[in-house]
Amino acid sequence: MTLLRLEGVTRSVELPDGEKLDILKGVDLDVSVGDHVSIVGRSGSGKSTLLNLLGLLDTPTSGQIFFDDEPLERLSGGRRDRKRGRDIGFIFQQFNLLGGRTALENVMTPLMYATGRQFWRRRTLAEQMLDKVGLSKRMQSTPEKLSGGEQQRVAIARALVRGPRLILADEPTGALDIETGAAVMALLDEVAEQSGAALITITHDANVAALARRHYRLDRGVLAPIDVNRVLAASLPEATL
Amino acid sequence: MTEMELVEPAEPKRRRREKKQRTPRRERERRGILSGFAGAVVEAWDELRVHRTRVLLSLIGVGVAVAALTSVVGIGAIAQQAQIEQLERGSGRPATLILGSPYEIAAADPYSAPPTPDPDQLREVAATVIDRYSIEYAGSASWVQTSVQFADGVSMADGQAVDVDYGVMHRIQVEQGRWFTDRDELRLAPAIVVGQGFYQRLGSPDLATHPTVTLLGENNVTAVVIGVLPYPGYDDGLRMYLLNSSYSALATPAMLTQFYPQYEFWVPTDMADELAQLIKRDVAGAYGEGWQVDVSRNDYLAWEGGGDPLGPIRLVLAGISVLILLLGALGLVNISLVTVRQRIREIGIRRSFGATAGRVFFAVMMESIVATVVAGAVGVMAAVLIVQNPAVRNLVAAGLTDVPPFPAEAALIGLGAATLVGALAGLLPALVAVRVKVIDAIRY
Repeated sequence: MTLLRLEGVTRSVELPDGEKLDILKGVDLDVSVGDHVSIVGRSGSGKSTLLNLLGLLDTPTSGQIFFDDEPLERLSGGRRDRKRGRDIGFIFQQFNLLGGRTALENVMTPLMYATGRQFWRRRTLAEQMLDKVGLSKRMQSTPEKLSGGEQQRVAIARALVRGPRLILADEPTGALDIETGAAVMALLDEVAEQSGAALITITHDANVAALARRHYRLDRGVLAPIDVNRVLAASLPEATL
Repeated sequence: MTEMELVEPAEPKRRRREKKQRTPRRERERRGILSGFAGAVVEAWDELRVHRTRVLLSLIGVGVAVAALTSVVGIGAIAQQAQIEQLERGSGRPATLILGSPYEIAAADPYSAPPTPDPDQLREVAATVIDRYSIEYAGSASWVQTSVQFADGVSMADGQAVDVDYGVMHRIQVEQGRWFTDRDELRLAPAIVVGQGFYQRLGSPDLATHPTVTLLGENNVTAVVIGVLPYPGYDDGLRMYLLNSSYSALATPAMLTQFYPQYEFWVPTDMADELAQLIKRDVAGAYGEGWQVDVSRNDYLAWEGGGDPLGPIRLVLAGISVLILLLGALGLVNISLVTVRQRIREIGIRRSFGATAGRVFFAVMMESIVATVVAGAVGVMAAVLIVQNPAVRNLVAAGLTDVPPFPAEAALIGLGAATLVGALAGLLPALVAVRVKVIDAIRY
C-alpha cells in the first residue's frame, strides 16, 4: 500500500538577481508502508529540499505529492501541520533537542500537539518510549549531559513517540562517530521495522544508505535509483558519496 | 532489547481506528480543542519554567509597573476618600437636606427681621418630620459667638451649636477625648469640644482631669472640655462646638436674636429630591400661609455646574497610571521580541512535530499572558502592602474616619492591565513566530 507518492515534483527558488534556480527536477518516488528507502547525494544536491517536501514542511513548485493517495495541495496549512505531527516523525542530523529540557520533556514535546489519550498520557508514553531506546535511566538528563549517541536516541524516541507512519531521518549519523552511528542506525532500523513505519534516510554516507532496502541518488535535483553495493565497493575504504 | 520491548508506544493502529470510528466527530473535535488548549497552557508554563531567569528579569519591569499602577489607583482611592471626607465635614454627607429657618414673606430681608420663628417651634416641626419619615440622622446647627473667660482674659470664641448627630453627619473627628453623646444633654455643666487654638489657650490640659472653662452669657456657665479637634492645617482661632441645649441655657436674649438655627437631615441620595419636597410641604403646612420655607441640598454631590469635583484628580491619576503602564509594556515588548528571535530554531522544531501556526501563535501569546498575569499578581500584592502601610496612609490622607479597604477596583485594574500588557507584548512576538519558515528555523 502506497503511503507517500511524488509525481513530477519540482522545486525552484528565485535568486536575488532574479534568476530561477531549479533545486529539484521532476522527482518521482513511491514509498510504501514499512518501506526503508535511502537517498544519497552530495552537499547541494537538493537532499534537504526533498526532505522538507517529504515532511510537508514545504510545497513543490510543480508536480504533486500524495499522502495516503490524497493530494497534499488540497490540505490547508493547519491540516497539513496536524498530519505532519500525527503521521511523520523527524530525526535531524544535529538532533535538535530542546535545550534546558530533560530527555523526558523532549520526548513529550510531540505529544503536546496530540489530542485525547496521547496528550493526557504523554508522560507515560514518553517514559515507555525512552525505555525502549534504552534510556530509562537518563530520563531526567538534559541534552548537555548526554553523549551524542544518547542524544540521537532521545531524538529517535521523540520521532517515534506518536507512532508515525513515516520516519524521515536527515543525516541521522552525521554528528556521530562510526561505531555510535552504526548502533544508532541499527536501533532506528529495528524500531522502525517493529512499528511498521516507513523510513526514509537521507544521507551522504553509503554505509548508512546500504542499510535500506531501496536506494536512490539525488544528483543536481534529479532522483534516480542506484545500486548502493556497487557504490560501496567502488568507494572503499571511505565509502562516502 | 527484545522484540517485545520494541512495540509501538501508542495504541495499535487498528484499535485506534476502531475507537475513532466509535467516537462521534463532534466529540473528537471537542476533545481536540480541550487538549489543544490544555497543551498550549502547559507549553507556556514549561517555557516560563525553563526560561525562568530570563522571564523573571523581563517581568520585573512589568511587576514594578503593575505595582506602581495599582498603588497609584489605590492611593488615589484613599486620597479621593480623604477629599470626600473633607467635603463632607463642611457640607454634610450625601444627601444632606437643609431646612433653613422659615421667615415671613412680608419681610424684605429675612436676616434683618426679628428672629422668627421661635427656635422651639422649629424644633417641634422638625421633630415631627424626623419621626414621620424615619430619618435616622438629623439635627440643627447654628453659628454662634460666645465670650469665654480664659486665665489671661475674656475672648470671643466662634462656635457651632449642634445636636449629637452632627458629629456623624459631618464626620467630626476628635484628636483627644470624644464627641458628644446623648448623655451630655443631661449635664449640668455643659460639655464642649474645642479646636487646637482654644485648647492651647487653655494651656493644653490633660482631658482626664476634666478641664473647665467659663462661658459668659445670660448666666455664666462652667463648661467641661470633653474633646479636642485635630489641627486642621491652619490657625483655627478659638473654635468650639457645644450642644444646642447648652447654648439655650447660656444665650442672652440679645444673642438669641441672632440665632438662626437650620436643620439638617441625612437621607438616602435616591430619595433626596422626593423627601425635600415632602419636608417642605409639611413644614409649610405647619407654619401656614405667609411663610417662606426652603429645603435644599448642600452636599458635594448636589453641586451644580462644577461637574464632578473629583474629576481632575481622577484624570491626573489615570494619566500617570497609563504612562507607567506604557513604559512597562514597552520594556516587555522589547524583551519579548529579542527572545522570540532567539527561539526561532525551537519554534521550527515544534512546527516539525505538528505545532500549527495557530498553536504557535497561541502558545507565545499565552506565555506572555501567563507571565504577565503572574507578575501582575505579585505587583498587586506589593501594591496592597504599600497602600495598606499606615505610614503611607498617614502621608497621603491623615485623619481619615472611614479608612477604605484596599480598593478592589485597583487590584482588578492592576491584574487587567497586566493581562492587557501581556497580550499586547505577546502579539508582536507571536506574529513573528508564526511567520517563521520552518525549514530556515530548524537550521537557524
